Amino acid sequence: MKPSPIERIIGLAMSAAVLMSPAVAAEEAKRGGSIVVSYKDDIATLDPAIGYDWQNPSMMQLIGDGLMGYKMGTTDLVPDLAESFTISEDGLTYSFALRKGVKFHNGRELKSADVKYTFERLVNPETQSPGQGYYAVIEGFDEMVSGADGLSGVTTPDDYTVIIKLTRPNAVFLNVLAMHFSSIVPKEEVEKYGADWGRNPVGTGAYKITEWTLGQRIVFERNPDYQHGTGPENVPYLDKITWEVGQDPSVALLRLKKGEVDILGDGIPPAQFVEAVENPEFNERGMIVENPMIQTSYVTMNVRIPPFDNVLVRKAVNMAINKDRIVRLINNRAVPATQPLPPNMPGHDGSYEGYAYDPAKAKELLAEAGFPDGFETELWSMNTDPNPRIAQAIQQDLAQVGIKAELHSVASSVVIAAGGEAEQAPMIWSGGMAWISDYPDPSGFYWSILGCGGAVPGGWNWAWYCNEDVEVKAAKADAMADPALAQERVDLWRSIYLEIMEDAPWVPLFHSRYFTMRSARMAGDAVLYVSPTYIPMHYEYLHAKDAQ
Amino acid sequence: MAYTWRRLSKDPLALVGMATIAAISIAALSAPWIAPFDPREQFFDGLTLEGAPLPPDEMFFLGTDLLGRDLFSRLLYGARTSLVIGVVANGAAVAVGTLLGIVAGYVQGWVGAAIMRFTDLMMAFPALLLAIALAAIFTPSLWIVAMVIALVNWVQIARVIYTETTALAAREYIEAARALGAAWPRILFLHILPHLIPTILVWATLGIATTVLLEATLSFLGIGVQPPTPSWGGIIFESQSYFLSAPWLVFFPGIAIMVMALAFNLVGDALRDALDPTQRGR
Amino acid sequence: MLRYLARRLAASALILIGVSVITFGLTFLIPADPVRMIAGRSASPQAVENIRHQLGLDKPIPVQYMNYVTKLVQGDLGRSYVQKAEVSRLIESRLPATLLLMAGAIFFEILIGLPAGILAATRRGRLLDRAVMIFSFAGVSTPQFVLGLLLLYVFANLLGWFPLSGFGTLSHLILPALTLGIAGGGWYSRMMRSSMIEVLHHDYIRTARAKGLSGPKVVLVHGLRNAILPVIAMVGLDIGIFMSGAVVVESVFGWPGIGQLAWLAIQRIDIPIIMGVTLVAAVAIVIGNLLADLTAPLIDPRIRLR
Repeated sequence: MKPSPIERIIGLAMSAAVLMSPAVAAEEAKRGGSIVVSYKDDIATLDPAIGYDWQNPSMMQLIGDGLMGYKMGTTDLVPDLAESFTISEDGLTYSFALRKGVKFHNGRELKSADVKYTFERLVNPETQSPGQGYYAVIEGFDEMVSGADGLSGVTTPDDYTVIIKLTRPNAVFLNVLAMHFSSIVPKEEVEKYGADWGRNPVGTGAYKITEWTLGQRIVFERNPDYQHGTGPENVPYLDKITWEVGQDPSVALLRLKKGEVDILGDGIPPAQFVEAVENPEFNERGMIVENPMIQTSYVTMNVRIPPFDNVLVRKAVNMAINKDRIVRLINNRAVPATQPLPPNMPGHDGSYEGYAYDPAKAKELLAEAGFPDGFETELWSMNTDPNPRIAQAIQQDLAQVGIKAELHSVASSVVIAAGGEAEQAPMIWSGGMAWISDYPDPSGFYWSILGCGGAVPGGWNWAWYCNEDVEVKAAKADAMADPALAQERVDLWRSIYLEIMEDAPWVPLFHSRYFTMRSARMAGDAVLYVSPTYIPMHYEYLHAKDAQ
Repeated sequence: MAYTWRRLSKDPLALVGMATIAAISIAALSAPWIAPFDPREQFFDGLTLEGAPLPPDEMFFLGTDLLGRDLFSRLLYGARTSLVIGVVANGAAVAVGTLLGIVAGYVQGWVGAAIMRFTDLMMAFPALLLAIALAAIFTPSLWIVAMVIALVNWVQIARVIYTETTALAAREYIEAARALGAAWPRILFLHILPHLIPTILVWATLGIATTVLLEATLSFLGIGVQPPTPSWGGIIFESQSYFLSAPWLVFFPGIAIMVMALAFNLVGDALRDALDPTQRGR
Repeated sequence: MLRYLARRLAASALILIGVSVITFGLTFLIPADPVRMIAGRSASPQAVENIRHQLGLDKPIPVQYMNYVTKLVQGDLGRSYVQKAEVSRLIESRLPATLLLMAGAIFFEILIGLPAGILAATRRGRLLDRAVMIFSFAGVSTPQFVLGLLLLYVFANLLGWFPLSGFGTLSHLILPALTLGIAGGGWYSRMMRSSMIEVLHHDYIRTARAKGLSGPKVVLVHGLRNAILPVIAMVGLDIGIFMSGAVVVESVFGWPGIGQLAWLAIQRIDIPIIMGVTLVAAVAIVIGNLLADLTAPLIDPRIRLR
């Protein structure tokens, strides 16, 4: 084992950080104040092992902390509950020295046993955590899943040391430790509340939950004992954050204009989008915030269903779809995509142009593949607006080159089930179910949705694409855990995605830009409101101009 | 029949209703000739640069929808969807409801009781939730939507027919026929069914209004006829996000749905009055 | 009477069992897998099977149904697959909004329907009668979502009298309640008109008139008292219509009721919520029907409860 100073880990800091806007000028930001965030849907749960949607990850990250975190507004990993850590030379053993004196909201000090409990709880099948698979690299995972009592790979030599042993080197393991799933939870509280633990969360985080009225509001207040923040001294800034749920987005916008709401949690409603972003007053007062999401929407072509088993057909489809027009259909709230990785992700190749829109060339390729008159197929999509519209635009583009696609516009759960069957859905438009990366690493777009492991019944690799050569390279890239190899690893991932584009199992359509609105009293950079690492918002750094 | 027709033709509301139904049917049938554009063609210049639909102008008589398609052409073709589903789904509902109602009313006994308890059960189902669940199970095509609506709508008809059949079965001439040894299908079809025809006719007309509304509602929820088949409810579903800036996209199809349902309701109601001597003057 | 009530209650229980069996069966026909939705994207096949086993979803459907009913009898509606919260608490947090909406809708139905029906009956065959009847038909022929969007556009967007949508104050309630109330008001006015016409033909009204009582008073005192009963019975039947209509009106107006809860649950195949909402709606409908039938003998003494 060799010591790995924090600076070296920051070497992992990816080029994406450069694209992110610089941090808020800390001297301007004052502590204090309270804000109101609106949401339409109820917050599902605040159990960090369970919650996994658009609304709750960053809320759970306020309540709890993991061993690792991210530097504000960047994708740089920094230790959080860990004071320092070392990685063994073979990349298999991680040792964490915990901060001393960190207290849970119930007053008890955090000890290494809590870390072990948290990971065992995540892996324990009874927890039913949707994040369980991320911890499969830890030694003893398989045994625990099949009934063993504990997770042998996590050991606690003393109260402030945690050692985690992996079965294979994994370059993204530190990212996994920064995910909300890894927030450390106190056993006594989890057991006290049982099934209702998700409504009574306790952690070590910067905020405590003080009120939860189902269907109405959740209130968080600052934890006065919180001292281990990874940012400037006076972070978090706000004293109180209130989420009001059951708020229709258009009502929320009106209330925001009146000053009753500070942030639209669901973004700008489509009905008022054009009007809002063109409103000079909103723009002048900096009320519109916009940032690209680490997200890609795509059309999958099931390589096991003819004629999509023919790469020429898949390339032809790539050339047949007019991405610019589709982006226009959704009011330019996206940028056209050329490859699976979005531009703000390390490994994205800015010089790669992908398959340009060229229906004539597409027809040639189809003829070459033996389909001069096209063929008939099915295109599945989720049935909420705008997805059926986008699917119809795709359908018309396909018709131009002779491909007659019948639409199946159904509930998302039905699309997901169809995609997980080997020979059911020839084409799927991923919109509404699309991939938002769990952590800012290029591997996030491969394993489940393009890798062989996802091409199984019930999996999420709806293209059923499995290229052994690519799979070997991907495994190699993710084994490059040594921070010194970070750049080499990113380069490898870049070549992997370009190789995948040669096989063309997807038509990458666009990367969404997220637009939301804040009241004029809110300050801070757009990146706080559309954070790449704290989904959707980095609440700890939000602050109000009028704070005293 | 002639008498009924004479009474109908004296009722101005019924005449307006019938004229409207005729007009809509003609428009739907001749849509390929009168529609200015293909209802599925998405015009590249049918949208503004920001992706907004065009308001009515000389080229697009009622403007375009959110995909740059001609709204007027889609409305014309949408009439076909509404009419086909209205006639097919309601026809099926009336057929099933009549059959079960007659059998339950005439046979009585445990068969009748079983059928009627089943209709009680169906009455206790929140109808729209049932339709939504059914639409989720079967990927909705035109015929599936019609079937889903029929599955939800037959219940009321069955109950009405049951009540009337029970009353008819108790009449003397039926008893006489039975005493003479007539087979029960013969009694049902020769002696009972003819007397039910007025009721069936009324329901066949009024039911179309209900069916048209239910189809529109399913489409509005995104679980109706599959796109790009034009459907009035579907046009509203797709246009909702522009509702405040382009309200005509919601109101033109909305008016179309209302006018069609209203026409069938007016005719159905007038038919009821005309066919029912005891209702005279109501 | 008591025996009748007991028999009706027993029949209602049977109906509810039937509704629960059918709903339970239907959710299993939906071509989607609830366990996949819980397990997330990174789950291994084994993890999926583990969850399936824990939820008891690997058992035969009849066994699963019996397990559900066993809990149901103890008052346990189960927990949401997605939200993990108790279904009874989720419904509890949503039901008041839906009940409020229903109360508002009944208010408007009566407010619109009764006066319109009475006016039409007393001016029978004249222009006003015709106009009322056309409007009542238009009311029942307009899809609720179109009417809702129209009211929103005119009264919230153009005139700004009411909020666009949402929940909380009386002004939020008016447009959605009116949307449901206009359609119902159409039926009420037609019912009221015909029952009023019938009553006005009765001898005692003629007698009252002969005694020199003035027109409006006769109508209000004698007519209304008798004619209003069928309308009360209709309120009972309305409950079923509202329970369904709620899905649409709640989605147009962003009203946080059980309709929205049901809609989301169907999309995510959250079976415990689908079951819970359907059962609550069915109970409401059964109670409404029972009320309607119980008032029937009051309306028409010839009807006897058997």
